[in-house]
Amino acid sequence: MRGPHDVGGLPEGPVETEAHPLTFWEKQIDGLRAAVGAKGLVNTHENRAAVEALGHDAYNTLHYYERWTATLCRQMIEKGVLTQDEIDARVAAVRRRLADTGELETEGGAP
Amino acid sequence: MSGDHDHDHDHHGHDHDHDHPHAPPQPDDKVHSYYQILGVALKELLIEKGVVEAAEVRRQIERRDSITPANGSKVVAKAWTDPAFRARLFADGNSAVAELGFEMTTTKLVAVENTPSEHNVVVCTLCSCYPRDLLGLPPSWYKSRAYRARIVREPRAVLAEFGTRVPDDVAVRVHDSTADMRFLVVPMRPEGTQGLREDELAALVTRDSMVGVAVARAPER
Repeated sequence: MRGPHDVGGLPEGPVETEAHPLTFWEKQIDGLRAAVGAKGLVNTHENRAAVEALGHDAYNTLHYYERWTATLCRQMIEKGVLTQDEIDARVAAVRRRLADTGELETEGGAP
Repeated sequence: MSGDHDHDHDHHGHDHDHDHPHAPPQPDDKVHSYYQILGVALKELLIEKGVVEAAEVRRQIERRDSITPANGSKVVAKAWTDPAFRARLFADGNSAVAELGFEMTTTKLVAVENTPSEHNVVVCTLCSCYPRDLLGLPPSWYKSRAYRARIVREPRAVLAEFGTRVPDDVAVRVHDSTADMRFLVVPMRPEGTQGLREDELAALVTRDSMVGVAVARAPER
């Protein structure tokens, strides 16, 4: 069976050929992941395996950098760097702070 | 996918900057999803625990921003004008680009040449592997499901969507990248460029022509 990432040859619609630049948030995630990688905490192959393990639903629903964020989160828990509890608490705190400063556009729900 | 290693481990320290924009947030910078909030939370926690420093994250972003397709354009222009360099580029891509000061050490670089009988185009069907140490981050379409799915099955149709019509008597070769191997297309040198300097030639070499979804620009008359 094909993994969710294995899309070569599948039927799809037109390609959106205009490239759009990265948003501030996407650059932050890219930089964070590169910094964590430079520390030797995760390597390219672990990253690829983590994205492929997201499963069809998450893989097909999430945007590119959302996938990378989800996998970084999982990797940090698996490697004992962070705990799910402290991440959940910080997510709640960040959400409150962004709501206070008007930077929160919508109340995105946890998956 | 990133295979990069930053060898710059000096610490500037004393960085209490949370990399927060000081200007009012722009529309695109608003937080839309749970994952964006998660990203902010992860960054804060990893910095607080000393896993990474804010300055290191910023340096990585600056490094990404500093690598642009212009690097690849210089490589192609050099290959067009220097037959010995061209031979070295096809024999060992990594060593050849290092001659021009472009460090690509964690992935193998394979240069492929467009000719009157063969057109090359690059994809990463499984992910987003791209010669990012030479060309910078891949364009959004390169990461898109539609491009990854279709370029290997109907490359001529996809190329036509980019405005690139490959004649029927020209073969199209599609190269599927891997985590370890990245491709650089050397497009054909356009007609009417005999008198141009290397930097003028480089200006004709677009990012899209080095991925193979376009040809090099024609010189202005």
